[in-house]
Amino acid sequence: MIARLAAAVLCLGAVLAASTAAAPAQAQANDPTPLQFTDTAQETRFRALAAELRCVMCQNQSLADSDAQIAHDLRREVLGLMNQGKSNPQIKQFLVERYGEFVLYRPAVSGGTWLLWFGPLVLLLAGAWVIYWLPRRAGSPTPIDSDEGQEW
Amino acid sequence: MSSQAPPPRKPFTGAFVLAGVMIALFFIGLMALLLYGVQQSGKVGRDALPSPLIGKAAPDFKLPLLFEPDRYLSLADLRGQPFVMNVWGSWCPECRVEHPVIARFAYTKRVRFVGYNLKDEREDAIRWLEKYDNPYSDVIADIDGRTAIDWGIYGAPETFLVDGKGIVRWKHVGAITDDIVDRELIPALEKVKAGQ
Repeated sequence: MIARLAAAVLCLGAVLAASTAAAPAQAQANDPTPLQFTDTAQETRFRALAAELRCVMCQNQSLADSDAQIAHDLRREVLGLMNQGKSNPQIKQFLVERYGEFVLYRPAVSGGTWLLWFGPLVLLLAGAWVIYWLPRRAGSPTPIDSDEGQEW
Repeated sequence: MSSQAPPPRKPFTGAFVLAGVMIALFFIGLMALLLYGVQQSGKVGRDALPSPLIGKAAPDFKLPLLFEPDRYLSLADLRGQPFVMNVWGSWCPECRVEHPVIARFAYTKRVRFVGYNLKDEREDAIRWLEKYDNPYSDVIADIDGRTAIDWGIYGAPETFLVDGKGIVRWKHVGAITDDIVDRELIPALEKVKAGQ
């Protein structure tokens, strides 16, 4: 019972850790001078890219969602770079050079971010290990001795 | 336990103890994280992003002077001597909070002290400086905020220290206090001057 509970807790931890990386909503905040897209393909690409970039001011919103002044400016900048023919990795690189890795919702795997990437997997494996291992120990055929209490 | 004890016969107890210990450790870990988070939350500037520009060449710029909009100041004009650049706007309440500290430091004339007026109306900016004092050696105006993106500026106030070779040495996001001046800015400036 306790073994199951331990496993459940560990699994829950893994699920919670994984779900915090959930994708943000797509809605774009109001902009006094709306961005002009050349076509819907560009608009789709822009919205997908902006949803992957974090607003540097508000930090818990994506660039697409945020109504902060800097988010307006950065959206305009991103669209300008797209119009110059820059690729998504180039645009991300542009922002990382200026604002740091922080702007990426999916940062590159590196010394500082490996826990972010693999932490949930480690928790999941720990849970799986407990599920596998504990019942084997707990369920061994040896009956509980009658002198159990005397040990204490 | 004596050495004559019968072969291991309490795996059940062992498993329970182990499970208990693991659950306890898990929750102690969670509590420690929570405690850490709560302690960190009290820190000023907790949300400030570390600038990737530190140790790198300052981005080139060419911006008009606030008081003489037909004259420009560029990074090249500032080369040779270190300078401090303070980003502010008349729309920014925090800037008013730090302004007396900024002024006290600027008036010591330790270093060239550039005011970077961000996304402001020219009249508002000039009125603000007349009202709250103008300690800057130069004031440049970034009206559309385009240059600010190159500098990784995402609001005001922000303050940079750039050395004589044009390398960004230090940055602070948020209002400067006397404590930050004494403990961070002045030591960073001494280091820059010693390295010249």
